[in-house]
Amino acid sequence: MKDELIRIKEEAISDINGANRLDDLENVRIKYLGKKGKLTLILREMGKLPKEERPVVGRLANEVRQEIEKELSEGKDRFKERLKQERIEKEKIDISINKRTRKLGHSHPLLKTIRELENLFISMGFTVVEGPEIETVEYNFDALNTPENHPSRDLSDTFYITEDILLRTHTSPVQIRAMKAMEPPLRIISAGRTFRFDDVDDTHSPMFHQLEGLVVDENITMANLIDTINIFVKELFGDDMKTRFRPHYFPFTEPSAEVDVSCFSCKGKGCSVCDGTGWSMELLGCGMVHPKVLEVCGIDPEKYTGFAFGMGIDRITMVKYGIDNIRLLFENDNRFLEQF
Amino acid sequence: MLLPVKWLKEYVNIDVDTKKLADELTLSGSHVESIISLDRGIERVVVGRIEKIEKHENADKLLVVMVDVGDETIQVVTGADNFKVGDYVPVALVGAKLPKDLYIERTDFRGVESNGMLCSLAELGYEDSVIPKNQRDGIFILDKDYPLGTPIDEVLGLNGEIIELEITPNRPDCLSIIGMAREAAATFDKKLELPEVAVKDEVDDIKDYVEAVEVDEELCNRYYTRVIKDIKIKESPLWLQLRLMEAGMRPINNIVDITNYVMLELGQPLHAFDLDKLNNKRILVRRAKDGEKITTIDGQERALNNSNLLITDGESPIGIAGVMGGMDSEVTEETTTVLLESANFNGKSIRSTSKQLNLRTEASIRFEKGLDPNLCEIAAERACQLIEEINAGRVVKGCIDIYKNIKEEKTIKLRPERVNKLLGTKLSVEDMVDYLERLDLKTKVTERYLEVKIPTYRLDLNIEVDLIEEIGRIHGFHNIAAQPLVGVLTRGEKPYSSIIADKVGAILQGFGLNEVITYSFISPKSYDKIKIEADSHLRNYIKLMNPLGEDYSVMRTTLISNMLDLLSRNYNHGVKECYLYEIGNVFIPKELPLEQLPREEKVLVLGMYGQIDFYYLKEVVTALFEKLGIKDFEYVKEESNPTFHPNRTANILIKGNSIGVLGEIHMDVVENYDIDTRVYIAQLNFDALVEETNLDRKYKPLPKYPAILRDIAVVVDSDVMVGELEKVILENGEGLIENIELFDVYEGKQIESGKKSVAFSLTYRSSEKTLKDEEVNKVHERIIEELERRLDAKLRS
Repeated sequence: MKDELIRIKEEAISDINGANRLDDLENVRIKYLGKKGKLTLILREMGKLPKEERPVVGRLANEVRQEIEKELSEGKDRFKERLKQERIEKEKIDISINKRTRKLGHSHPLLKTIRELENLFISMGFTVVEGPEIETVEYNFDALNTPENHPSRDLSDTFYITEDILLRTHTSPVQIRAMKAMEPPLRIISAGRTFRFDDVDDTHSPMFHQLEGLVVDENITMANLIDTINIFVKELFGDDMKTRFRPHYFPFTEPSAEVDVSCFSCKGKGCSVCDGTGWSMELLGCGMVHPKVLEVCGIDPEKYTGFAFGMGIDRITMVKYGIDNIRLLFENDNRFLEQF
Repeated sequence: MLLPVKWLKEYVNIDVDTKKLADELTLSGSHVESIISLDRGIERVVVGRIEKIEKHENADKLLVVMVDVGDETIQVVTGADNFKVGDYVPVALVGAKLPKDLYIERTDFRGVESNGMLCSLAELGYEDSVIPKNQRDGIFILDKDYPLGTPIDEVLGLNGEIIELEITPNRPDCLSIIGMAREAAATFDKKLELPEVAVKDEVDDIKDYVEAVEVDEELCNRYYTRVIKDIKIKESPLWLQLRLMEAGMRPINNIVDITNYVMLELGQPLHAFDLDKLNNKRILVRRAKDGEKITTIDGQERALNNSNLLITDGESPIGIAGVMGGMDSEVTEETTTVLLESANFNGKSIRSTSKQLNLRTEASIRFEKGLDPNLCEIAAERACQLIEEINAGRVVKGCIDIYKNIKEEKTIKLRPERVNKLLGTKLSVEDMVDYLERLDLKTKVTERYLEVKIPTYRLDLNIEVDLIEEIGRIHGFHNIAAQPLVGVLTRGEKPYSSIIADKVGAILQGFGLNEVITYSFISPKSYDKIKIEADSHLRNYIKLMNPLGEDYSVMRTTLISNMLDLLSRNYNHGVKECYLYEIGNVFIPKELPLEQLPREEKVLVLGMYGQIDFYYLKEVVTALFEKLGIKDFEYVKEESNPTFHPNRTANILIKGNSIGVLGEIHMDVVENYDIDTRVYIAQLNFDALVEETNLDRKYKPLPKYPAILRDIAVVVDSDVMVGELEKVILENGEGLIENIELFDVYEGKQIESGKKSVAFSLTYRSSEKTLKDEEVNKVHERIIEELERRLDAKLRS
């Protein structure tokens, strides 16, 4: 019997090694270890052996069984491994192909600029407020100390709906609304649509956007205004941009100033873009809130002072992104919008 | 405003280069927009004298001229003929360089050699608008015998610069050379050097020439007159013409040129009338009668009304006050006696007259902005002095001056502590006084105030803060050290609707939509294009009184037309897929015509075309609602919105209220916009969305018990909507239905015509226990029964 067992073992191992498929291994298992398997049958004969031989044979039989099972298991693993490799090879794809079912959408560059500025000012403690696009002549001009004969009131400059109602020409009326609605201390920012009677061309549009800022408190000075403007110019355009405050005139501020920033091309050294001056066109207007305006809003100019600033966002956006034609902002060509 | 630097430096001694001058003036408040060089790069153009003129043998229109240019006499061929022997003219020699890249070479004109060119003012680089009319087409004839061979640059003063300034409307006093000299003196801390104004040799008496002057006191603040006789009208001397041209004005004749010169120098417009052409020896300044006419010096007849101020001779109009003189009383070559008017009129009246007649002149611009009546006298005297100096006439002794309400200097009290409080500086009282005195604002220091005397030409200084600005700008804003804002540390905020708008934007961009901005005003034709009914409330739009054009003439009450415009434009530019959104205002008037401000409502519009369909748009909107925490929303079939396809459109409801519409655009509308593909648009009331938004989130425990899935397939009439089936299923699910998933809708073979098969996969789950098959079966059968009973839906076999 011992010889038999060893022979079975060798046969089984040979069958295992000769197997071509995973199924074959299962057949080998059945052939040798199944209910009618060769080893099983031999083991049944063990009862016919003399008593003294049984333990030895039994042990050998166990060894044979274990070895066959081990070979079977390893054989299975080898097959599985091979199948896996075949699969990996078969599942090759061309990773250089680009499939785009949907592209992400984009923010409009103008609104992007506005949001960035709003966030900057919010971080400085400013509150964002909104004002109506259709305003009263009172808030747009009168309350802002604009003289009756100021050319900006003309039909050639402003869109009117009635004698008393117009499309706001700047965001400054929001100052009036804010000051009438809230008590100092005030730090507000307001961005929005504004309208002027301008034909559409490369740099003009009848509808454009402005951002207005207003701070009213005790002890607000022009030095504060200068500092605040410097901070957000650096934020918008980078640390190496300088500012120049030029005395100017607005009916609703006194003193008033216009602010230039360094030329974007040469950063202030002087070049052909800025005609050698080193400065780009004016960025914004600002000044200390005129005492008459404070009074109209019920704020005591003896106790409180304030500063205000306003800027055209369309031009800032165009400069920031290198857009050379304002019409692009309102034509909304998809190929334009996708660039931002 | 053009400011020739040489002229400026006559009145204030500033020894810096023009760039520095420009920079400093800009920093003290007079913005220099550009510096124009008078040096035009002209080379080898010299003074020559005409010696001989002959006709060209081969060309009728040409002349052959011999010109002595000092060291030689050269032959030049020219097409002009306005000169004579003995005239001194500018001659460009061979090798000369002229403006506009013109080089002079030896040339042959039909067999005759030309060794140079005689020059006109245009060729020397002067603008057409300033060249005297009689010099325009011909060679420029010099007024004197300049040394032959002198470079023309020297004779014409073509060196130095002209500064172009922006003068703000509150500083009309800066619209003159003297005004800017004052500013320059203050900026550089120098003294103003004004010329002495005195007429040396007066004759006769003005009363013999003008009997009376009467004025409308309301509209004419001052009327000052002088008379000049023995006038010889001719060209002004060259220096005077050059001054005018450099400042952008055209020389006309000696008398008119002097009035313009004084206007530029002092800022006061003057007018010269031919005294002999007046009907009476009187001046009456009165309002025009309605319909009264006058022909102005530009040859146009103008009809006036009672609001216009007229200068008359007691009888007929001789000029429109402050705007333009009349043709009949104009100074011409024959004039021998002149009445000089130096007046001050009500600015508002001049402005409205100027606008009414559409006539803006150098005079009217100045009167509009406001002038100091105390300027009238010195301006008239200065003109008389100059007339005498250039020998243009003899000044008659005396003046007539009607000046009832004399403008006095006022005093403003300034508290020194307010200066530093507003500017954020630490200026001493001495500093402040120094700055004010530099501006000619005489200051007296008292215990509590600075008492500042305001000259009458400073119309802009009225209250304390105006003086603080003066101090600030002379000190220099660039010299104020920046100081950070100090205050209570507060958190800045954004309005809630703005925060929601940002969220909505992020979601839509995630779905591939691009944000757009369109105009708030639209064309009324848009409403027809999107098929809005004639009686729709959307047509109650606000109209602009003075729109830019019909396309921008009404305030939009819908965002759909703008969106269609954009989709159309993109489509016709070849953009294959387009997904856009806008959040913007529509304007709803409370009444028309408008009496109070309208309501501005925020609207969200989405528009798209491409590889998508109705369901994609619905998916986007649904995702939006889910992200905003809006729960109670519903889509209901909408057949009667004229802009949309009646069978592919849904009305969007939240809590039963319609807040928007979503669907495919009607084929007629799509055609109106030249789009050849299906277009999908959703428009929602954004304010309502914000109202219904709920960003609160609370954890709900995960399902504990296993689910049981059951499919159900029914055959039902084709026009029964899936939503109705789902509703019935849910209603009869006894709260156990966690999810209904539609997985098939089928019409065709195997199904009766007029019917369709709809299949769902139902997920049953209880939150309290594990469901048993029998329990689920019971509910499932009940559902099948109800579907049959309510919707005639039969189980598919």
